[in-house]
Formats: sequence, C-alpha cells, structure tokens
Amino acid sequence: MSSNSRKLQYSLAINEALHQMMAEDKSVFLIGQGVKSPWYVGNTARGLLERFGPERIIDTPVSENAVTGSAVGAALVGMRPVVVHPRMDFMLYAFDPIINEAANWHYMFGGKLPVPVVIWGIVNRGGEQAAQHSQALHALFAHIPGLKVVMPSTPYDAKGLMIAAIRDDNPVVYIDDRWLYQIDGEVPEEIYEVPIGQAAVVREGKDVTIVANSYMVHTAVEAAERLIRDGIEVEVLDMRTIKPLDQELLVTSVKKTGRIVVADGGWKTCGVAAEISSIVTEEAFGCLKAPVARVAVPDIPAPASSVLESIYYPDSEKIVQAVMRTLSNGKDA
Amino acid sequence: MKAYSKKFLINLYKTMVRIRLCEESLVEPILNGDVRCPVHLYSGEEAVATGVCAALSKEDYVFGTHRSHGHYLAKGGSMGELIAEIYGKETGCSRGRGGSMHIIEPEKGMIGAAPIVAGTISLALGAALASRMRKDKRVSVSFFGDGATGEGVLYESLNFAALKCLPMLFVCENNLYSTHMPIRECRSNLPISHLGKPFGISAFRVTGNDVLKVYETARKAMGLCREGRGPAFIECMTYRLRGHVGPDDNIQGTHQDIRPEGEIAKWKRKDPIPRFRRYLIGNAIAEKDELASIEQRAQKEVHDAHAFTKNSPHPKESDLGKHVFK
Repeated sequence: MSSNSRKLQYSLAINEALHQMMAEDKSVFLIGQGVKSPWYVGNTARGLLERFGPERIIDTPVSENAVTGSAVGAALVGMRPVVVHPRMDFMLYAFDPIINEAANWHYMFGGKLPVPVVIWGIVNRGGEQAAQHSQALHALFAHIPGLKVVMPSTPYDAKGLMIAAIRDDNPVVYIDDRWLYQIDGEVPEEIYEVPIGQAAVVREGKDVTIVANSYMVHTAVEAAERLIRDGIEVEVLDMRTIKPLDQELLVTSVKKTGRIVVADGGWKTCGVAAEISSIVTEEAFGCLKAPVARVAVPDIPAPASSVLESIYYPDSEKIVQAVMRTLSNGKDA
Repeated sequence: MKAYSKKFLINLYKTMVRIRLCEESLVEPILNGDVRCPVHLYSGEEAVATGVCAALSKEDYVFGTHRSHGHYLAKGGSMGELIAEIYGKETGCSRGRGGSMHIIEPEKGMIGAAPIVAGTISLALGAALASRMRKDKRVSVSFFGDGATGEGVLYESLNFAALKCLPMLFVCENNLYSTHMPIRECRSNLPISHLGKPFGISAFRVTGNDVLKVYETARKAMGLCREGRGPAFIECMTYRLRGHVGPDDNIQGTHQDIRPEGEIAKWKRKDPIPRFRRYLIGNAIAEKDELASIEQRAQKEVHDAHAFTKNSPHPKESDLGKHVFK
C-alpha cells in the first residue's frame, strides 16, 4: 500500500501530526486537561506521554485560564505549545489569555513578539450532554482580530491543518468535533501542511453551492448525494478555515452557480453562516439568482433529551430543503 | 549590613531617579493634553522595580501591568522609546500601537506589560514553564498589584507554579489601592504574602520603599527559583505618589485624589528616593554633588527622550492593519 492511499481515522490523524511535530521540533509541547487520560481527548494523545514524557505532555489541573495563559506565555518566549480543551465550553474560562493576550499581543506591541500557540478546542455534541457540554463556539473566536480559526472536516485536513497551525507564528484556534473522530480517510504518512485560509471544493456541481465546515461538510455531501438523484448538481465547498475565510473560492463558486446555501454547526445569529452570507452579498450580489439560505443551529441552548437533540442539530434533510428553496428563488418548494 | 560595591548602590539610585524623573516629565504633557493615552505613573514605587530587577539577569523574564514604566526602565528598556510610545509615535517600543499600558523590550527580557488585571500572571507562568523545559535557568517574574488578588487566575497560577516547582517569582506591589478601592475593602484583612502558604510557596513581605530590602529579598527569592525550589512570592508594601491614572486623579482629567490627605503626607515622608539618598550620604557612600550629577544626567536623558519623541514620526495611516499577524 503506498503512503498516499493509507487510511487513517480522523482522531489518529491528529495524533500522528502531534507525534511528528513533537519529534521534529523540541519547542512543541502539549498541555491541557486529560492529555494522559484514555478517554478525555479520544485517542488523539495516544502514545505521546510514553514517547515524549511528562515534561512535554502536561496533564493539568482544571485551571483553564492559567493553563491557557501558560501556553500563551511559553509561546511568547519561543515555544510552540498546543493547549487542548477537551470540551470547548470550558474554553470560556480562558477568554482572557486567548483574546486579550494572545490575539492582541503581536499588534499591540507593534510586531515585537509573535505568539505561535495552538489553542485546540473539541466540540462534544450529542449524547444528551446538554447546554454546557455541547457548544460549538467557533464564531466567537472568528470574530476576534489576531486569531486564525481552522475547522478540519477530514482526516487529511485534520493532520495537515494541525501541522500548519503548529508551524504558524500566530495564535491558531483549532476546532474539531468528536462526531468526526471515527471517520476514516486517506492520510499521507509524511509531514505535510494544509494551508490555513484555503477552502476546498469537495464536490463539483453547477446548480447550487453549499458552503460548510467541519462536521457539516459531511452532512452537506449527504444532501448533495440525495439531490443528484433528482438531477440537481450541488457544489460543496469545505471552508476548512473560518478565519481568514477563503473569499476567492467562495465567490468563484457562487458566480458559477448563482445559488448558495451556507451550512454551519454553530448558532445562526452572528454566526459563520451570517458572515459568509454577507461576503456573498457584498462580493457577488449581481450573480445571485436567489437569496442566500442559511442552515445553522437554532438560537437555542443545546437540549439534553434525545428527542429534542434530534431536531436541534441540522441534518441533510434541512440542507436539502434549503437547496430546494433557493432553486425556487427563495419560495418554499 | 552587607557590603555592596559603591557602583552597585549608585546604580540603584540612578535607576530610581531615572524612573522618577521620567514619570514626572509626563505630568505636564498629560495635564495639557499632549499625552492622550491613559498613563499610570510609577512615582513612589520605584524601589520595587529597581530592587527586584537588580536581582535579575538580562536573560530573566519580566511581565508587567498597566503601571509598568518602572519595570521597563529597570529591566533596561530605552527611555526614548518609552516616551515615544506614550506619544503614539512609530519609534515607540510598541511602534505606537500600545501606548503607556503596553510596553515591551524582548531583547532585555521585558516580555510585555498589559493592563488586564492579573492577565499577565499566567503568561509569566508559561515563560517559567518554558525555562523549566529548556533547563536554561531563567526565572520569570510577574509584577502585579494588590488589586490582582481579586482575580482567580492568580490562585490558579500559584497552584500550577507550586505543583510544577517552576522558576517563577510573584511580585505583588501592594500600594494599598485597587484603583479607587482601598484594598482593605477588597479582601479579608490578611497580608497578601500569606497567599503563598496554602500552596507551600516561600513568601516574603517587605518594605517596598526600601530599595535594598527589596533587592535582598528578591535575591533570596531568585536564589530559590534558580535552585529549583521555586516558585517564590514577594509582597512589597508601597504607595503611589500620583493618582491611579494621570498625575493626581482617580480618572485622568478629574484632578481628584480620593485618598486621605494625611495618608498621602505620611507616605511622602517614606518616599523611596530621599530615603535611599539619606542612606547613601549617611553611610558616606556618596557625596551630595555626586548624587546631584546623577540627577542632572537623568534629567538630560529625560530631555533627550522627549526631544527624540518630538522628532519622531507617527505611524502611517496606511499601516493601520500592519502587525495583526506576523
């Protein structure tokens, strides 16, 4: 089997990136809650402690503010830390080091010191975990100047974006989703980067563009596969990075199809879907044949009951309906 | 009394005088509106930065606060670049993007000062963690005020630093006020240095206006950190002779000091600079003329710093977005 066709699970693609980066660069270390637990961070930290020792694989007390700040501080003096938040809801405790400090540092000191830190937050939706264990908070970080925000949807991107994030001289918020961890895909064995800020065309089509990120890319592809049966050719874009957004690819696709559905796993109001919608309106208004449609999580906290959960998270049916709506120029089909 | 070289003692005096004259040179420009950014003057607290930084090597790290001109100068930052920064000039230490509250000189180990109360404590923690990983014996110093004891991240950082035995020095500058609030109205009435105890951290409380006492304590604490017996904690009892922000104000421009007049007068008598001056002369370490010439040279440095600033350009409008990312 050649290295190009090797399959690897998403979570193990992250694991491989961490192994390779830590072996390559002594300034890389992993810090956060649960990095030596068998279940906290899935199998993303497998074998790291045994290989690199507790000096570089640092499991921590539940002190998100100080621990994240320590990663930022270490970055200021030349390290390349990866700080992990196994449930990104807890990252809210670390807004000060992430936003006030890491995001601003390079600018507010006139470019004197870079902040090469990766802040890794895991979205843990589903499983009746309710409002404080299920939140997808990527839009909050994407709002902040000075932060880059990546959201890989495939094992290939999970590895390549983790490597790019670690090598980047700026703070990068790396957000993944536990729903992606079991997904298999081709992952080269060697070290490679997926450029931050570059979207990808997952599937070509001429009728409607669906723009998605993270887990929603898979939901979008599922919707596209259903729609093709009716002869509707959907183009699926995976943004991969939500800050900075790849405007060029986005606008190119919309200019081709003239119709766009934005699918995002975050809340609708002031979310990533709203931002993408605005960009399309500003940059490609003349090409639009129908209003932009958004498929996002409703502005409601995550419920526990699985009955409610099942209608809370957008599925491919919701995307199909949105596509049909844009095809009828915004009217319900 | 330990025997110190005359050069060492004179340098302490020189550093304190440089800080004081630099700070006082800003009073007029603040009052007449030439300086617009919020400025938190360090006048009165010079012995803390001077004494602590005298115990550091160039390689050691310093993280500061909103009131950090003294830390920056004592760690070796350029006065010209400091004044230029306060005036928002491109030649400022932060290229005019930071102002008085964001000052930095990485080449001298001043990794940055920033005004979110307690916000830089965890950054210093991370620099200490990096030192430990690299085994480079550097110590990371976090300066913070008494008001920072109200922030949870201090306690998280104390715990983590103690847990990992990090080479970190916590320096609390207790000037008795958290902006307008007397610190006794902010926290239970126990010495702040006691905060080290629950974490097993060696902690000291020192007269913060006595530069030699500060230095000696800092040297002891730094020794612990360098020997792997860190972290350490020092509470320096001091007082600001100026307002919280601006020369005499609680809020820059209001010209009201809410502190009791008697209290201010009492602390003026404890001013660290005349105090050390008396020490130097009383112990026949320096003559009055010698100290006067140090003051004159410092005054010249201040003058030159302002002249440098005046001749410096502002940032270009076209560079507004420069430095967001590296």
